[in-house]
Parts: sequence; C-alpha cells; structure tokens
Amino acid sequence: MPSDSQALTARGLSKRFGALRVLDDITLDVVGTSAVGIVGPNGAGKTTLLDLLAGATPADSGSVSLSGRDVSGLGAAARCRLGIGRTHQVPRPFGGMTVFENILVAATMGGRLRGSSANDNSLRALDATGMLELGNRRADTLGLLDRKRLELARALATGPSVLLLDEIAAGLTEPETDELVEHIKQLHAAGLTIIWIEHVVHALLRVAERLICLASGTIIADGGPQAVMNDPAVVDAYLGSAV
Amino acid sequence: MSVQRWTRVSLLFSGATAGIVVILALVPFWFGPNTTEKLTELFVLIILAAMWNALAGYAGLVSIGQQAFIGIGAYAVIVFTDHGINGYVAVVLAALFSGLISLPISLLVFRLRGGQFAIGTWVVAEIFRLLVTNDQSIGGGTGRSLDALNIYAPADRQAYTYWVALALMTALMLASFVLLRSRLGGALQAIRDDERAAESVGVPVARAKRIVFLLAAVGCGAAGAITMANTLTVTPDSIFGIQWTAYMIFMVLLGGLGTFEGPVLGALVLFGVQQEFQGSGSWYLVGLGAVAIAVTLVFPRGLWGALVDRFNIRLMPVGHTLRTLVSRRSES
Repeated sequence: MPSDSQALTARGLSKRFGALRVLDDITLDVVGTSAVGIVGPNGAGKTTLLDLLAGATPADSGSVSLSGRDVSGLGAAARCRLGIGRTHQVPRPFGGMTVFENILVAATMGGRLRGSSANDNSLRALDATGMLELGNRRADTLGLLDRKRLELARALATGPSVLLLDEIAAGLTEPETDELVEHIKQLHAAGLTIIWIEHVVHALLRVAERLICLASGTIIADGGPQAVMNDPAVVDAYLGSAV
Repeated sequence: MSVQRWTRVSLLFSGATAGIVVILALVPFWFGPNTTEKLTELFVLIILAAMWNALAGYAGLVSIGQQAFIGIGAYAVIVFTDHGINGYVAVVLAALFSGLISLPISLLVFRLRGGQFAIGTWVVAEIFRLLVTNDQSIGGGTGRSLDALNIYAPADRQAYTYWVALALMTALMLASFVLLRSRLGGALQAIRDDERAAESVGVPVARAKRIVFLLAAVGCGAAGAITMANTLTVTPDSIFGIQWTAYMIFMVLLGGLGTFEGPVLGALVLFGVQQEFQGSGSWYLVGLGAVAIAVTLVFPRGLWGALVDRFNIRLMPVGHTLRTLVSRRSES
C-alpha cells in the first residue's frame, strides 16, 4: 500500500495518568477515505486515544502523522488547521454564541476562511447536519441531539480530511441515532476519512468498514467488523467488563 | 439565506455616533473648563468599561488588576515628560508603553485560569504599586504632580486635554469594535465559552488572548494617562487602587457583559451617579452597591442585555444573524 494513502498514522502511542497506564504502545494506520470504528469496554482508553490523535492531550511517547506529515509536536489547534476535525463525547458548545457563530468560528479559525467563503462554508455545514433552522439560536439553549449535531457541524466547518467522532450516538434515542448515522454516512460517501469511537455498536456497524477493539490500553483485535465482533478476545473483553 | 451584520438601525446609529463625536469635539468652544473636565472623566470611564468588557465579556479574561496599566499609563506620562517630551505626546506614548509592558505580564498571568487569573492580575497591580511607592525619583508614596502641562494657560490646557481624551476614546472604541467584529472576536468568545473546544476548532488560544490583553492594556494605559493630564497629580495608592476594577465591573455588569453597547450605558450611569452623589460620603458607595444589586437581580444580562432581549436591537453589530431566519425567530 503506497504511503500517500495513509490519512492518519500513529506509531507507538503511550499515555499514563499517574500510575495508571491508559494507552500502551498503540500503532495504527488509517487509510484515506476509510471509516474505522473503535470499540472497547469502559476505561479501555478510547477517548484518550482520540485526544492523543487530535492533540488535545500530549502523548508520553510515540508519534502521529497526518498524510505523511509528523504532527506530534503540534497542539490541538494547529492539528485542526491541518485537517483533523473532532467532536466531543460530552458536547462542548460555545454557549454564549449563536449556532451559526459557533460554526463560523470553526470555519474562520480551523478552516482559515474569510468573508463570504467562511459564511458559505458555515451554511453548508449547517445544512449537512440539518441545523439551518437553528442558525440564530443561542447554543446554550439547544437540547442534546442538537448539541451533538452542532459538534458535528463545527468539526465539518474546519474543513477536515480526517474526522474523529467520540461517542456521538451516546444518549440519543433510536430515531435520533439513525438521523446522525445518515449524516455521517453521507460525509463518508463524500470522501471524508472517519475514525469513530462508539458504544452503540449497531450504529457504528452501519458506517465502519474496519473495526478496532481496544481493551486495557492495547489493540486486541483489528479487521473486518464481523470478524472483530466474533473474535473470542473481544467477546471476552466485553463480558469480562460486565457491560 | 444570507448573513446579516448591519441593519438600518445600526447604520443610522453609527452615523449618529459620528455626529455625536463631532458635536463633542466642539464642546470646549461652548462650555468652560468645568464641563470639559467632567466630560474627560466620563471619557475615561467609557474607555475603562469598554476595555474590561473586551477582556471579561468577550474573551472571558476576568482581570481584577487592570489598574496596573492605569497606573503605568499615568506614571509613564511623568517619566516621559521628565525626559523632555511634550505632555500630550507623552499621554499617547504612555498608552502605547502600557501595551508594551502587558506583553511580558501576559506570559506570567496566562499560565493561570479563571479565579487564579483574576487574583494573579491583582497581584501584578499590587507589585507595580509597591515598586512605584518605593521609587523616590517619581515621588514615592506621596506621588507626583505633572508640571509639563503648565506651559499652557489653564483654560487652553483643559481644552487640549479634553480633545486628546476624546480622540483616544474614539480611537479605542473603534479599535475594539473592529477587533470584536473580526474573526478574532468570534475566536475570543469561543475561548470564553470553552477554551478546550476552541482549541479543537483551530483557535490559536494564546495568541488571541494576548491580542485582546494588549488592547485592554493600551486602553487602560490611555485612561491612566488622560487622568494624569486631567487631574495633574497622582499618588500610587489611588492610581493603582482596586477601586478602578470595582468601577469597571460595576459599569460592565450594569450595562451588559459581553454586549458592545452596554458598557457605554453603564459608564453613563456611573458618571451620573458620581456627579449626583459624590459629595454624600459613604452613602454614595452604599448607593452604588444598591444600584448594582438591584440591576443584576432585575436584569441579569444588564440594562442593554434587557433591551436587546425585549426589542432585538443592535446598534453596533459585532454578531451575525441569518437573514431568512429573523422573521421565524420573532414569531416563536
């Protein structure tokens, strides 16, 4: 496989919080325009992995490259400007701003757009997530589904090449989840590389072409979704954690 | 679907503001030094309110130490004029010098967040007060008076001071309007609401904060320098005093934190209360506190915030509205 098709690469990522080893020597290659799902029991280190990829938390060791460029030394803002977009598990809206302004910040800062191209891009992100009607609402008045959609719209407005989704379906009802999955499927079809952490596995399986299972900070299975779900080690990890 | 920033009301208002500035510029021809001295005090209050609002209301940087820059501005005028610089040139230079000093200070205080940042800025202000108090070359604890402006006749001097104050206020208000309207304004509000999320959408957090901190330092330095030229005398305890921060918080909360127009309204209210009750001793302070409590209880978003909620008006538009949605929102 030619290296230029590698959208995101992690080599030997490790992270400790005090005595707790959260991630241990994670190596991961994500091919451009693919959709990768990450599952694993609570405490497996999934969100920490996302934070290390996005630069929100510095890794103790290891490196991250985006399209072959080493971004290990860069913080979250710089990585975002280079094309790593992310959503947060617990939505983090800019509560004092309108929905449109939330997205506009992402377009002007992460997407480095100005003037009408920033406006147009923001409107497209609103449209792609079905939020056009909410543009003038203050973000702190939104319910959970809209907050999650705002997370997605904001990440999109930064113009990412790789999109990291952190449990975007958690806490949503079935129809709400279906709606979000449709948005994500369209984004994937449009050529975006997606890495998606999710506990709601049936939602994940509708998009992911490849599944990775994390447990206790290491990758215990990696491959086709069905093969991973049937892997005895994966079944063990889930049963063992009493999920 | 289009993005709207200016409305007819806000365009009209901006035109009217330009007219008001022109009229204000003519005041020294019609009124005496008493009036221009009072109005100069008002300009100082407006500058301070706008600067604290840009810091706390837009960027979430709740500083209770901006008096550091007020004092640096005032004392810089003395030091510059001691070196033979013209008094009014020194006022402008002092404002810029204050901004320069804010850059190394930002390296220190930006390591702190929230309440720690607030206390940290206060500590910085106290350090400057102590440094000045212990420096006999600029008058030590007893303070100094500004002699460089005595080359002008008193009436002329008061008019010149007034014009310099008006010019600086106008320039600073314009600068903060342009800054808060720009894409950086949005970035600052994002930082205020959630710093980590702001980083995740590409906001260069430290740089954005530093720019607004610099603006506020220049503004507060200008306020201190103008106060120096207006009162001609200064003591470290008063110019580096925490009461400046109390005034700033009062004006901004009363007028409307995080609105562009509110702090100006708050400055007008504080100025009015000061003129009316300043002679009444401690009852004046009781009155200020009572007004602040009453307004924040009845109008939690400040006087201007309440007006915006009620009538949906914006005179100085720093935000964005999606056009076809305006009618829909007012229906709901």
